[in-house]
Amino acid sequence: MSQVTLEGVTKHFRIVTALHEVSFDIKDGEFFVMLGPTGAGKTTTLRVIAGLEKQDSGSVTFDGATMDKLPPADRDVAFVFQQYSLYPNMTVYDNLAFPLRSPIRRTKEAEIKLRVGEIAEVLRITHLLPRKTAKLSGGEMQRVSIGRAIVRSPRIYLMDEPLSNLDAKLREALRVELAHLQKTQGSTTLFVTHDQIEALTMAERIAVLNMGQIVQIGSPTDIYDRPASTFVAQLVGSPKINLLDANCEDGTLCLARGENRARLADICGDGGTLPPKFILGVRPEDVRLQSDGVFGGEVILIEPLGVETLVHIKAGEQTLVCTVPGISSTRRGDTVRFNVTRDRLHFFDPARGTRL
Amino acid sequence: MATIELKQVEKKFGENYAVRPVDLTINDGEFVALLGPSGCGKTTTLRMISGLEAVTGGRIYLDGKDVTWLKASERDIAFVFQFFALYPQMTVRQNIAFPLESQGEKQDVISKRVDEVVDMLRIRPMLKLKPHMLSGGDKQRVALARSLVRRPACFLMDEPLGALDAEFREAMRAEIKRLHIAQHATTVYVTHDQVEAMAMGDRIVVMSNAIVQQIGTPAEVYHDPANLFVANFIGSPGMQLVKGPYADGAVQLPGGSLYPVPAAWRPSLDDSIGPGELVIGFRAETAEVAEDGPIAGKVFNTDLHGSYVVLHVDLAGDQLVQVRARRDHEYGIGMPIRFGLNETMVRFFDPKTELALSPAESRGVGGEVGA
Repeated sequence: MSQVTLEGVTKHFRIVTALHEVSFDIKDGEFFVMLGPTGAGKTTTLRVIAGLEKQDSGSVTFDGATMDKLPPADRDVAFVFQQYSLYPNMTVYDNLAFPLRSPIRRTKEAEIKLRVGEIAEVLRITHLLPRKTAKLSGGEMQRVSIGRAIVRSPRIYLMDEPLSNLDAKLREALRVELAHLQKTQGSTTLFVTHDQIEALTMAERIAVLNMGQIVQIGSPTDIYDRPASTFVAQLVGSPKINLLDANCEDGTLCLARGENRARLADICGDGGTLPPKFILGVRPEDVRLQSDGVFGGEVILIEPLGVETLVHIKAGEQTLVCTVPGISSTRRGDTVRFNVTRDRLHFFDPARGTRL
Repeated sequence: MATIELKQVEKKFGENYAVRPVDLTINDGEFVALLGPSGCGKTTTLRMISGLEAVTGGRIYLDGKDVTWLKASERDIAFVFQFFALYPQMTVRQNIAFPLESQGEKQDVISKRVDEVVDMLRIRPMLKLKPHMLSGGDKQRVALARSLVRRPACFLMDEPLGALDAEFREAMRAEIKRLHIAQHATTVYVTHDQVEAMAMGDRIVVMSNAIVQQIGTPAEVYHDPANLFVANFIGSPGMQLVKGPYADGAVQLPGGSLYPVPAAWRPSLDDSIGPGELVIGFRAETAEVAEDGPIAGKVFNTDLHGSYVVLHVDLAGDQLVQVRARRDHEYGIGMPIRFGLNETMVRFFDPKTELALSPAESRGVGGEVGA
C-alpha cells in the first residue's frame, strides 16, 4: 500500500476547466472520500491518478515517486467502476483469478486458489465461485467486481461510485462490509461518491469538490460540524441544514423581517465579530421545540419518517425544519416555541457563503 | 372532491396476477401512498383507478359512482407521471393553459386559473420560457401546475419525483404535500421510496408480489408491521430481525445471548410458538447500549450519521444488527458491546407464517422514542 499525493493538478477539456489546482494527499492505509455533485471533477481526478487521463499541469506521486510519465498498467492501481465489468462467460472463480493470471504476475495456480478462497470468504461469495457471472444479481456482481480489485494487493484502490447502481438496502449492506474490509485490511482507498451518507459513514477524511476545485478537506466530523461554506453545509446532512437570513443589532439576533429575536449572549456567546447581516445555519436536530423557546412560529407541515418526525415551522417570513425523535404529537397549525442549540450554530457571509 | 373505492379489484395477465384482489377505500381529501418494490403491482393499481388499464375483476367507484368501465377521460382525474411530458414547442404558460384551452374555457377564466396555480407553485418568472430551458424540478412543477389547473376531483401521481436529483426531491416532496394541504384533493401517490411514502401519506398501502401486505398510517407500518416483508421494507434501516429458538420465556440469539421476552408477551408467545423458532424485531433507535444489557455482540463497524452514530453489531458469524447510539462515545471495531431493547417497542414474528404476533394486551403505540 502507498501514500498518494496530488499537487496542483489542473485539467482542461477544450475550454472547460475540469480540475483547477487540485491538491491533497492520501495517507498510507487511509479511506479517503471525494464528495461532490455531478460534474464536480471527481471521476476526472480518479482517472488522472490511474493514468487514464493526462493532467495539463501539476503532479501525481505515489510514495514520493512521480507517476506522471508512467502508463496506467505500471502504476499498479485497482479500479472499481460504477458499472460492473465482469467477463460474463467466465465463472466467478475465473473472474477473481484473472488479475493474478496476468502474464506480468504469473502467480502459481495453488497460490491463486488460496488467495481467491480468502477473498471469496471475506466478501461472502464462496458459494458463487463455480457460477457464471451473467447469472448473478446486481449486488453479487458488484461484490465480485470488488473482489477482483482486491484480490491482488495494488498500491491504491480507486472506487468510482461502486454502490450507486444498487438498491437502497443492498447499498447499505455493501457499504458496511466495504468499510469494515478497508478498516481491517488497512488498504489505501480513494472512494468517489455524490452520496453524503456514504461519505460521512465510510471516510476517515473527505475532500469536498465543487466545479473542479477542492472546497474543504477534513474528517467527517469537521465537514459536518464546521462546514467551510453554505455549499458544504447543504451538501452534508439529511434533512438539509436550515439557512436563515439573520441580522444582529446591539447584541440582539433577529431572524430577518420577523419579530423573532434573541439576545446573542443567550444563544451563542457575545457574537462580537458578526457583521450586521449574515446567514445563520442551524441543523434540523439543533432546533429544539421547547415551551419557553426564545423563537416562535407556526407548524406548516409534518413529515413522520418513523425514526424521527420532520416539523416544518414558519417563523416570520422564513421556514425551517426541525427533527423530533419518534412520531411527534405536534400537529399542523400548532403555534410552537423553539430554541437553537448553543455552540452548534453556523454563521456564513451572505454574499460569498463562506464561514464567519 | 371525491372518495375512491376499490372492491375486489384485480388484474391478471394470462394466468399471472399483476394485482391480486384489493379492497381499499380512500376518503375524501386523503393522501394515500401506494408503496412497494418495482414489479409489485402499485403502478398497475394506479392505472386501473385512472382508467388507463382495464380491470380483470372487481369494481371501482368514484364518489359512489361505478366508473369501472368508464374511459380515463370520463373520470374526473388528473394523472401526473414520472416523466414530465410537457409540450416542448409551447411556453410554460401555454403548457399550463392547454387542458383548459382544449376544454374550450373562456380566456378570462383561463387567465385567472393559471394565475392561481402559478403563484402556488412559484413559477411565475418562467411563464415565457420553453420547457427545455428549465431544470428537472421546475419541469415537474410545471407538470403539476398543468394538472392542478383543471381542479380535478382527484390526483393520481406515478413516482412524480423519481426522475429528480436527491436534493430537489426533498424540497419537492414538502411542496407537493403543502399543495395537497391547500387544495385538499384526494390523492393517490405511487412510490418505491419508503421515505416519501412515510413523509407524505396519511395512509400507506404496502404492496409486494401483487399482494397488499398492509394498509396503515406511517406510525402503524413503522412500529407495527403486519409481517416480515413490511418490517424490513419500511425504515432506513429496516426493522432489525433476529431469529432464534424460544422456550420458557426467553429467546436464544445467535452468539448465545438469552433475551427474556417482556412479561406481557409471554402468554401469547407460549401459546402461538410454544417452544420453537421465533423472530425478534426491533428498531435500531429502540435498542440501548448498556453494560447490563441482555444481548451481547462485537462492534463490526460504526457509521457517523451527522447527529448520531449507528453501530453495526455482530452477534455471531453472519448476523449483524444495527443499534443507534450517541455521538459522544468512541466505539472501536471488534469491541465487545452489550445492549437491551425497549420493552414496549420490541415486536415478534412467526418465522413460518412470516406474520407479526400480538401480545395478550394491546400493544404499545409509537411514542416519542429514539436517540
